[in-house]
Amino acid sequence: MKTLLAFFSGLLIATSVMAQEVPPDALIKSVTNEVLDIVRKDKEIQSGNTKKAIDLVEAKVLPHFNFTRMTQLALARDWRQANAGQQKILTDEFRLLLVRTYSKALTEYKNQTIAFKPFAVKAGETDTRVRTEIRQSGAGKNIELDYFLEKSAAGWKVYDIEVGGISLVTNYRDSFAAEVRNNGIDGLIKSLQTKNKSGEATSVKK
Amino acid sequence: MFAFNEGLDTAIIKPVATGYDAVLPSPVKTGVTNFFGNIEDVFIGVNNLLQGKVPEAASDFGRVLINTTVGLLGLIDWASDAGLEKHDEDFGQTFGRWGVGNGAYVVIPVFGSRTARDTVGLVLDVATDPVAQHKPRRTRDAAVVLRLVNDRANLLAADKVVEEAALDKYSYIRDAYLQRRRNLIHDGNPPREIEADAEQVDRPVTAEAEAGVPRAELAPVSVLAARTESADTK
Repeated sequence: MKTLLAFFSGLLIATSVMAQEVPPDALIKSVTNEVLDIVRKDKEIQSGNTKKAIDLVEAKVLPHFNFTRMTQLALARDWRQANAGQQKILTDEFRLLLVRTYSKALTEYKNQTIAFKPFAVKAGETDTRVRTEIRQSGAGKNIELDYFLEKSAAGWKVYDIEVGGISLVTNYRDSFAAEVRNNGIDGLIKSLQTKNKSGEATSVKK
Repeated sequence: MFAFNEGLDTAIIKPVATGYDAVLPSPVKTGVTNFFGNIEDVFIGVNNLLQGKVPEAASDFGRVLINTTVGLLGLIDWASDAGLEKHDEDFGQTFGRWGVGNGAYVVIPVFGSRTARDTVGLVLDVATDPVAQHKPRRTRDAAVVLRLVNDRANLLAADKVVEEAALDKYSYIRDAYLQRRRNLIHDGNPPREIEADAEQVDRPVTAEAEAGVPRAELAPVSVLAARTESADTK
């Protein structure tokens, strides 16, 4: 009887978790608000502590991203040239590069607000775009910040971000392709590693 | 030319902009941005008219009317608060809207990234720019410099992020410029290009065609056929 009860309560929890699948717009909204709340209160991040910003991004933002897909998109047809081991290293290094960039942007955050555009996901849709806008206090044009998400077994995952129409992922396509053309997949891995190492060196200096 | 601009920026423009940014209180900087933005709105409205976007143009002229009067000669941007959104238009975008393609990518001294089409646009932009055409020359020069420094100061944060992101700054900036212009010409809704991705590359016949998609817009156009191969290299 006891085991049966445990089984049913377990089932109940499992189904309620499934029912609570977060819609893409709510996901972006809650993550954005949570992260910016922390940045607003954190003087160290505001004064350029990249390490702390990276920890924040890794804890709050990373779980909602699909880096394998992002790396695939950035490499386009060269992805197929890489073997499984290389694909893994490429994904890890590209992840690190994007995290560093994202974290750097957070340390530059002043007091902009984020506006969320109206959004509706159609039934059965597995690929969608959530539009937000960065509003600068006082002056300047608003900057569009759009998230592209796809539905997976583990919920909606971000696979691209566009800032003012510039994709943070596909913007690497030409330079990645050039690197692969000249120095092969390993050459690209090496230049990503060098880039990430130089980034570490500069953030330690601060 | 890219290296020349980088050098000029590192040696003069960026240090001045950094000093400007550090010294002036932010309401003053906002005022400067708004003042030049208000003058620019006239020009943006004209370009919206040329593109046949009458409601947008009306909104731009409405902005000028409000900001020049209630906004104290443009220093305060009341129009944005009133819901009249600021637009971003220029002659390069107008030509793009008319169907003129990019042409070759070039880097112009001081002005930076352009395409052949946007270079022609830039000549018209400057020729119709009330600040650049202002007389007497002395106030004009001061205004042009102030605007340049203020614009550069507004980019200081973005600059740091690009340094962090770029594997190769030249190609990162080039590709970002091309994506940005494409987005602007379509007023934020360009056709999505992302489909040329790895999953679809497996189909051998389309692989080459798809790989060419992101650059399709770069094909030289007859109108601006001044394609200089050397211009695309450092």
